Amino acid sequence: MQNGYLVEVQSLKKWFPVQQSFLENLLSRRKEFVRAVDGVSFAIRRGEVFGLAGESGSGKTTTGRLILRLIEPTEGQIRFDGIEITSLPPEEMRRLRRRMQVIFQDPFASLNPRMKIGDAIGHGLVIHGLAQGEAKREAVLEMMEKVGLTPAAILYEKYPHQLSGGQRQRAVIARALVTHPDLVVADEPIAMADVSVRAMLLELMRQLKEEFHLTYLFITHDLATAKYICDRIAVMYLGKIVEVGSLEQVYRSPVHPYTEALLAAVPVPDPRARRTTPIPKGEIPNPINPPPGCRFHPRCPLAEPVCSQEEPTLIEVEAGHAVACHVRTR
Amino acid sequence: MDNTPLLQIRDLSVEYETRMGVVKAVDGVSLDVYRGEVLGLVGESGCGKSTLGMALLRLVRPPGRIVQGTIHFDGINLLELSEGEMRDLRGRRISMIFQDPMTSLDPLQRIDDHFIETIRAHERRTRPAEARQRAAELFDRLGIAPDRLVDYPHQLSGGMRQRVMIGLALSLNADLIIADEPTTSLDVIVEAQFLDLLKELQEAYRLTIILITHNIGIVAELADRVAVMYAGKLVELAPAVPLFTEPLHPYTAGLLRSVPNIRLDQDRLEIMEGSPPDLINPPPGCRFHPRCSLAVERCRVEEPPFVEVRPEHQVACWVRMEEEGL
Repeated sequence: MQNGYLVEVQSLKKWFPVQQSFLENLLSRRKEFVRAVDGVSFAIRRGEVFGLAGESGSGKTTTGRLILRLIEPTEGQIRFDGIEITSLPPEEMRRLRRRMQVIFQDPFASLNPRMKIGDAIGHGLVIHGLAQGEAKREAVLEMMEKVGLTPAAILYEKYPHQLSGGQRQRAVIARALVTHPDLVVADEPIAMADVSVRAMLLELMRQLKEEFHLTYLFITHDLATAKYICDRIAVMYLGKIVEVGSLEQVYRSPVHPYTEALLAAVPVPDPRARRTTPIPKGEIPNPINPPPGCRFHPRCPLAEPVCSQEEPTLIEVEAGHAVACHVRTR
Repeated sequence: MDNTPLLQIRDLSVEYETRMGVVKAVDGVSLDVYRGEVLGLVGESGCGKSTLGMALLRLVRPPGRIVQGTIHFDGINLLELSEGEMRDLRGRRISMIFQDPMTSLDPLQRIDDHFIETIRAHERRTRPAEARQRAAELFDRLGIAPDRLVDYPHQLSGGMRQRVMIGLALSLNADLIIADEPTTSLDVIVEAQFLDLLKELQEAYRLTIILITHNIGIVAELADRVAVMYAGKLVELAPAVPLFTEPLHPYTAGLLRSVPNIRLDQDRLEIMEGSPPDLINPPPGCRFHPRCSLAVERCRVEEPPFVEVRPEHQVACWVRMEEEGL
């Protein structure tokens, strides 16, 4: 069971059926699907921050939700701490949930406006039968201190709208950590925060990770920010992982043309270093009918005939650094 | 850049009346914008940058109102125009682009009808076919296939919608474009494509753009000069390179140090302690003093003036003024 990996994902797929009208259903035999996640495999080591990066429509958020089993996969396996969870009965899944928590982007949307902050943070303790009453209050206050939500006793009684944006995000972090999880799935946890607050939240997440021996799945579209927290990173495009490696490997020597484009597109806060490299044209295509072969080929400056015919698989280009590209892995 | 400012803002203040008291969202801002320049206006949420943008178009809605100051646009005092005259100026000579283009596009109207209506609202004698033709030519320039003109807004991607907004501004040859977080809802590659297009069009048509954003990176990519706002006040204004390389205001310096930079070999960001003040009861003196490591006694009691301490480099900071021998 202790094999160094906390999460192992194998050939994971999630196809969402496209809503069709009654008439369309009658007339067409084929059902259409959005292939949000279309065969991804990766493993997250204990104690690391694994980044999942990509643009909207890449499938990164769906992958995170699948790992938490907030939605059911169409195909594939997910092992959490060695336990295959895709077939786990609801009762056992519920018990396991204590160990996997989530932080969403919008702290306002993820806090019940009618619940006091303290009760919201302690909700997981009650749900999982870990603590109630005074014990719950103690545990919540302690966690509030840890995340810097102070004075804790006063903020405990407040409602979400009475807190600042930074405080709300701290509350969401406290709520995720109060059950002492092993894994935290953080989906764009700081995207809504102001620049100066972001730096603070990143540092907080980093400290808490050390203190509570956490493992993070850090889902983000922001490669500049990911750099300050991730150990390894996987880049997704249209439901597939196109490149995965250590932060250094992917940022210093990106191999996939899409990764290169993504890194080049990030604005740099230095007017002396304005970007001169061209950016690929077009946008992520419709995931209902993804392009055949390599999904990036219609936009790829390197595309060859083979790229539109055969789907590339992830091939290791150096230890721990794998890329799905016919041209670059030849 | 030419020497007469296209836009001259003097001592402009905007207040919001709330149950808790009066919020001074924009407080005594003076700023010139020159023809053909891109002025970046940056700051964090609540600093007043968007309110300032709305004030320039006289679009501040109650309970907000402009309480003092003047705005001269090409010699016209905007605050003295009638509502009708102002409406004519908006769109025709000053265009606004918002974060979410869906708020400005009519979901029930085809894209070509947006162009025809916009053009004909300001040029009554232009025939619909002519207006449509102009839209088709613009689409080519914007990098969108002209057959998408018959689409409805929801059929276009976010990036295309934002291009359409630029197209609408260009269709009337607007003198000034105020873009408020134009790329915030776009993905990073689409954002970069949009910035490239904006750069290209700005150079080709010598557009004057006020780029309002919290994203320091896109300001560095695009702006000729940068204005920094904090708590309703302009705290620093300088050409882009000196602003980024030698920021004078401690707030600007702190903000820049907390911005992630993908090219830098650093694994930590600096954290600026504290948070912006309550604008109902702002601190006396310099509004940044409670968070400032350089603050001296004078900063706590007397408000610093906004002065040019180096050529073309203005700042509101007692400490810097003294250092520069003023």
